[in-house]
Amino acid sequence: MQRPGRVTRPRANGVAGTAGDPVRNLDAMTADPELLLDASDVAKSFGAVVALRSASLAVRPGEVHALMGANGAGKSTLVKILTGSVRPDRGRIAIRGHERTVHSPGEARRNGLVSVYQEPALIPDLDIRANLRLTHTPIDGFRHWINELGLARLDLSRHARELPLASLRVIDLARALSIEPDVLMLDEITAALPANLTERVLEVIGRQKGGDRCIVFISHRLIEIAAVCDRATVLREGATVGVVDVTRGSEEQIVELMLGQPVQGIAAAVRDAASAAPTDAPSRLEARGLGHGTKLVDASFRLGAGEVLGVVALEGQGQDELFDILAGAVRPSGGELLVDGRPVSFGHPADAIRAGLVYIAADRAEALLMQRSVRENIALPYTARLPGWGLIDRASERERIDRAVTRLQIDARAGNEVRRLSGGNQQKVTIARWVAGGVRTLLCFDPTRGIDIRTKNQIYQLLRELAAAGASVLLYTSELKEVQLACDRAIVIFGGRVIAELDAVDADEPALLRAAYNLRAGAQIPEAIAAKAVEATLARGDAPGPPPAAVAADAPADPVGEEGAAR
Amino acid sequence: MSAAATALGEAARPLDAVVGMVRRNGWALALLAFLALLLIFTKVIQPRYGVAGAQALAISALPLALAAVAQAICVIGGGIDLSIGSMMALTSVIAAVQMKGQPEEFGVVVVLAVLVLGLILGAINGAVIVFTRVPDIVVTLAMSFVWAGFALLVLASPGGGSAKWLRDIILGPFLNEWIPKSAIVLIVTVGLVWIPLRRSRLGLSIYAVGSNRLAAFRSGVGVGRTKIAAYALTGLFAALAGLGLTASTGIGTPVPGPYTLTSVAAIVLGGVSLAGGRGGVLGPIVAVLILQLIRSDMTFLNVDTNLAIVAQGAILIGVVMFGSLLQLRRARR
Amino acid sequence: MTPAAAVPRASTLRQVDRLFRDRPVVPLVALLALLVLLYEVARPGVVGPTWASGIVAFAIPLAILAGCQTLTMLTGGIDLSVGAVASMAGFVTATFVAQPGGWELGVVIALAAALAAGLLNGVGVGVFRVHPLIMTLGVGLVVLGLANAWQIATVTSSTGVPEQIRTLGSDRFLDIFPYSLVFFAPLALIILVGLRRTGYGRLLYAVGDNPIAARLSGARAWQVLVVLYMISALMAALAGILLMGLTNVASVTLADSLVLPSVAAAVIGGTSIMGGRGGYGGTLVGALILQVISALLTALGQPEAVRQILFGAIVVLVAAAYTRVTAES
Repeated sequence: MQRPGRVTRPRANGVAGTAGDPVRNLDAMTADPELLLDASDVAKSFGAVVALRSASLAVRPGEVHALMGANGAGKSTLVKILTGSVRPDRGRIAIRGHERTVHSPGEARRNGLVSVYQEPALIPDLDIRANLRLTHTPIDGFRHWINELGLARLDLSRHARELPLASLRVIDLARALSIEPDVLMLDEITAALPANLTERVLEVIGRQKGGDRCIVFISHRLIEIAAVCDRATVLREGATVGVVDVTRGSEEQIVELMLGQPVQGIAAAVRDAASAAPTDAPSRLEARGLGHGTKLVDASFRLGAGEVLGVVALEGQGQDELFDILAGAVRPSGGELLVDGRPVSFGHPADAIRAGLVYIAADRAEALLMQRSVRENIALPYTARLPGWGLIDRASERERIDRAVTRLQIDARAGNEVRRLSGGNQQKVTIARWVAGGVRTLLCFDPTRGIDIRTKNQIYQLLRELAAAGASVLLYTSELKEVQLACDRAIVIFGGRVIAELDAVDADEPALLRAAYNLRAGAQIPEAIAAKAVEATLARGDAPGPPPAAVAADAPADPVGEEGAAR
Repeated sequence: MSAAATALGEAARPLDAVVGMVRRNGWALALLAFLALLLIFTKVIQPRYGVAGAQALAISALPLALAAVAQAICVIGGGIDLSIGSMMALTSVIAAVQMKGQPEEFGVVVVLAVLVLGLILGAINGAVIVFTRVPDIVVTLAMSFVWAGFALLVLASPGGGSAKWLRDIILGPFLNEWIPKSAIVLIVTVGLVWIPLRRSRLGLSIYAVGSNRLAAFRSGVGVGRTKIAAYALTGLFAALAGLGLTASTGIGTPVPGPYTLTSVAAIVLGGVSLAGGRGGVLGPIVAVLILQLIRSDMTFLNVDTNLAIVAQGAILIGVVMFGSLLQLRRARR
Repeated sequence: MTPAAAVPRASTLRQVDRLFRDRPVVPLVALLALLVLLYEVARPGVVGPTWASGIVAFAIPLAILAGCQTLTMLTGGIDLSVGAVASMAGFVTATFVAQPGGWELGVVIALAAALAAGLLNGVGVGVFRVHPLIMTLGVGLVVLGLANAWQIATVTSSTGVPEQIRTLGSDRFLDIFPYSLVFFAPLALIILVGLRRTGYGRLLYAVGDNPIAARLSGARAWQVLVVLYMISALMAALAGILLMGLTNVASVTLADSLVLPSVAAAVIGGTSIMGGRGGYGGTLVGALILQVISALLTALGQPEAVRQILFGAIVVLVAAAYTRVTAES
C-alpha cells in the first residue's frame, strides 16, 4: 500500500506491494484530497475508434509523474483532454480538489494546466517574441528557462519557421516553464532532441521535484523515466492498468503492464512456412549502395523471390528514405537499384508499380481515399494509369474485388466510405488493393502499426502465403516479434547503412536489439533497463531515437532536428 | 560550432538581423523598386506625365487599394472573402442614398454608420463560416449574392450623392501639388487601423490562426473569435473602399465592380500567401498601384486598353507560377 | 484497441441525415418538386409542358457550366474562367457569321481557343501547382482581355448570332421539346456515366480525396488535371455558344453572370469544394432548382435583388446541411 500525500521518492520495496494488485492501488488514490490533479474514468471515442475507455491519472504536488503506455494506448489523447484540446465523452477532472470542465487550452492554462505537445505549439510565421506575447509569457522568466535549457543565445527575433524542431521543442518547454503552471504535461519532450539538450531538459525537470507543482512526463525511454520520475501511471488499450512507484527494478513491472498478455498462437504455423522458403531463389530486388541526402548513406541488400525480408531499425535511421526510394516517391541521390537483375530508375510511384514494386504505408491516411468506397479504394491502381482511364468492366472488377475482400476477410459492411471502417479493416483495404491484382514485390512499412492483434496475425499469415506463392516481401517493422513470426531473414539499418543481416532463426529480440543499437555481438546492453526496457521503446511505432547516453557516441553526425523536419 | 549555433537559432551579428529583415520583406521592397522603375518608364514614354497623372492614379487606386487591404486581412487569417465587391457596393449605395440632399454634417453620421455596418457585414460572414464550418470560399461566395442583392434593393440603378466634404477629402492635392489627398487618406486610414492592429494581440492572433490553426488553438487563441474578428475587419475595409467609391464618383453603384477578384490578384502579387499567416498590407497596396499604372501606361503607349486586362492576368499567372516553381524546387531539395 | 464497425443507430433524424449524405439527389428532387408546387400556387395553371421546357432550356447553359465546377471541385479545384471562356466562345463564333468559312469556322476557332485556355489552366494547376482559384481567375482575365481586343479588331466586320445556333439554343420541337436538350442530354449522360464507370472519373474523385494515395497508386495527378481543365474549358465554350443562341446576344461578358450561380448549383447538388465527394446528378437538380427559383421570383414580381439574396441564403443553408451530415463521427 502506498501512503497518500507522499512527495518524496517511495521506498525501494514499495514495488512489491503494488505488483499484485495495481488497480486497488489506483482506487486508494482517487480518494486523496491532496492530489493536485485527479482525473478518473475518462473516455473518448473518435468515430469507430475507441481512444480511451477508462483512463485515470492522479498526481500529487511536487512529483514528476510518468504516463506510460504502448503506441495507441491513449496517452496523447488523455493529455489533450486534460488540457482542453479534445473534449471527453465521459470522465471527471479535478484540480486541487475542485472539479473542472476544460473547454480550451486557454482555459486549461488559466486553471494551471499547461502541456508541451509533440508538435510544438509555436506559430511558424511569427517570431519568438511574438509567440511569447501571444501566450502572455513573461519574457524574463522565459529568458531564465531558455538559459537553463541550454539555448542561452537564442535570437528572439527569429521566426519559428526558421528554427529546427529541436530548438522549437526546447522553446516550447521554456515557455511552459515560465508560465509556472500547477501541472505541466510533457508529451515526448525528449523525442527530437540531441543528446546534450536531452540531458539539460531532464536535469531541469528533475529540479522541479518537491515543490508545490508537478510534472506529467510522457516518454518511451525507460532510462529517462527511471532518472526523473517518482511514479508511473500505465495505460493499456485506453484504460489505466496500474500505478507503479519508480524504483530500481520497477521497469520490468512497467513493461509487463504496458504489454499485457504476450502474443502467441500462429507463430508455429508461420515459422513452418518460413523454414520452407527457398534459400537460393533468384534475386527479385537488389539494392547497391542506395543513398538519399544525409539520412540514407549506404543501403545494400538482396531480396529473393518467395522471400520475406525483415527490416529493423530504430526510428529515423534512414528506413523512411529507403522505402520512399523503392516506392518511387523520391529519387535516390546515389547507388543502384536492380529489379530482376536489371537496373531501374523510378521517377514516380507509377514506375515502381510497373516494375512490380508496390508500397503499403503505415499511415492509412496516406494510402486511402477516406470518403470513397472499399471498391474504389481497391480498384484504384487499375484506374490510375492512362490505359485504365476508359470504361470499367464492372463484372470483372466486382469479381476481382470480391475475391480480395474475401481473402483478406474485410468487414465491408460500412463499405460506402472507408473512413467508417475500423483501423484493422482499413489496413486490410490498403493491402487488398495490391493483392487483388497479383503481386510481385510488396514493400510493407510497418503495416501492423496501431491495429488489433487478430488483424495483425491475419496480415502475417497473408504475407507468408504471398511469399509461398512466389511474391517477395520487404517488411519494415517496429515490432521485433514480427521478424521471427513472418520473416525469413532480416537486415538491420543504423545511421543510414545496412549494418547487419540475420537469419530468422538468429533474429530473436535481444539479437535484433543489439544490432539495432549497433552494439557488437555479445556486448551487454547498458545497465538494468536492458533488453526489456528498450524493447518497450522499440516495440511500437512512435519510438524515438536512440537513448542519449548509450548511443550518442556511435551516432553519425546528424544535423539537429532533421528527424523532425523529415516527418 | 558556429554553424550549429545559428542552426539552433541563436543570436548572430546585427548585420544578419538586417539581412533577415530584408529577406522577410524582400517581396514588398522588390515591388516598390518595380513601381519606381515603372514610374520612370511612364515619365519616359509620356513626358507630360506629372501632377495630373499622379492624382488620377491615386484616386483610381484608392478603392481598390482599400479592397486589397480588406482581402489581405482575411487571407492572412487563413480565409478568403469573395464578397468584398458586394460589400463595397452595399456600403457605397447606402452612403450615397443617405447623403443625397442631406446637410453636410449628417454625412459624418452616415460615414460612421456605414463603417459600423461594414464591421457587422464582415462579422456576419465570419460567424457563418465559424458556426456552419462550411469552407470560407463557399460562404463568402454565397454572401456575395446576398450583399449584392441588398445593394440592389437599396438602389436599383446608380444614383444618390456624396457629401461635399467627403469628396473633398480625396479629390485634389494636399499641401504640395505632388501629394494627392487620396494617397494621404489611404495612408492615414490604413495606418490608423493596421499598425495598432498588427502590434495588438488580436493582430498576432490573426497571423497565428492563419499560420497554424492547431498551434494557435494550443497557444490559447480563440480560433473562432479571431476568425470572426478578421472578417469583421475585412468588412470594415470593404466599407472604407465603398465610401472611397462613393467619394470618388459622387454616386453609389449597386452592381459590384471587379473588386473582389482584382483584390485577390493584388494580394497574391503583393506577397500575401493564400495559405494564410504570411504577408502584410504594404505589398498589396503597392501591387494595386503597379496594376493601375500598367493600365495607364498601356493607354499612353496606344495599346488597346483591353490588353491591359490581359497584362494584368498574365502578370498574375506569371508571378504565381514563378512562386510555385520556386516552392516546388525547394521542396524537391 | 477495440475496433468496431460503425453501428448506425436507427433514429429517424439519422436516417434522414444518411439519405442526405448517401443519396443527396432524393431530397433535392423533393425540394425541386416543392418549388414547382409553390410556383403552381403562385401562378395557377402555368405549370405545364411548355413552362417546363422553358425552364429546362434556360437551365441548360447553367447546368453545363455547373458541370465544369462539379468536375473541377471533385479534384478540390474550381474553374472561375468558365464565364470568360463561354462568353469568348459565343462572341468569336458570332464574328465569323459574315466571314468566309462562316460561323462553323468560328465554332472551331472558338473551341480551339477554349482548349488553349483550358490547357493553360491545367498546366498551372497540375504542373505548377498554382491554387486553382488564382490560376483560373488569371486565365479568365487573359481570355476576357483577348476577347475584348478581338472585339475591337473585328469591329468593322458584322457580327450576329447564326440562325442555326439560335434554333439550337432557343427553339423547341413542337413548342415543347427544346432542341438544346438534344445536344445537352448526351453530354450530361457522358458526364454521369464517365464519373461512375470510367477510370478517369474515379481518378477525379481519387485526386480530390487524397492526392498522396492517388500518387502512391500510380496516378499522375498532372495528367488528370490538365485533361480536366481542358474538358472544363471545352464544356464552357459549348455552354457559351448555346447561351448565345438562347439569348440571341453575342457579347464578351454574356456568361459572366453565370459563374457564381454555376458554383452555387454544384454546391447545392452536393459536390464538396474540398474534393472527393459529389456528382453530376445532384448538380443537374441544383441547376433546375436555381432556375425554378428565378422563375418563381419573376412570377411573384420580385426584383432581381431578392433572387440574389435567396440564392445566397440557399447555398449557405444547403452547404451547412451537407457539412453537418458528412462530418466525421
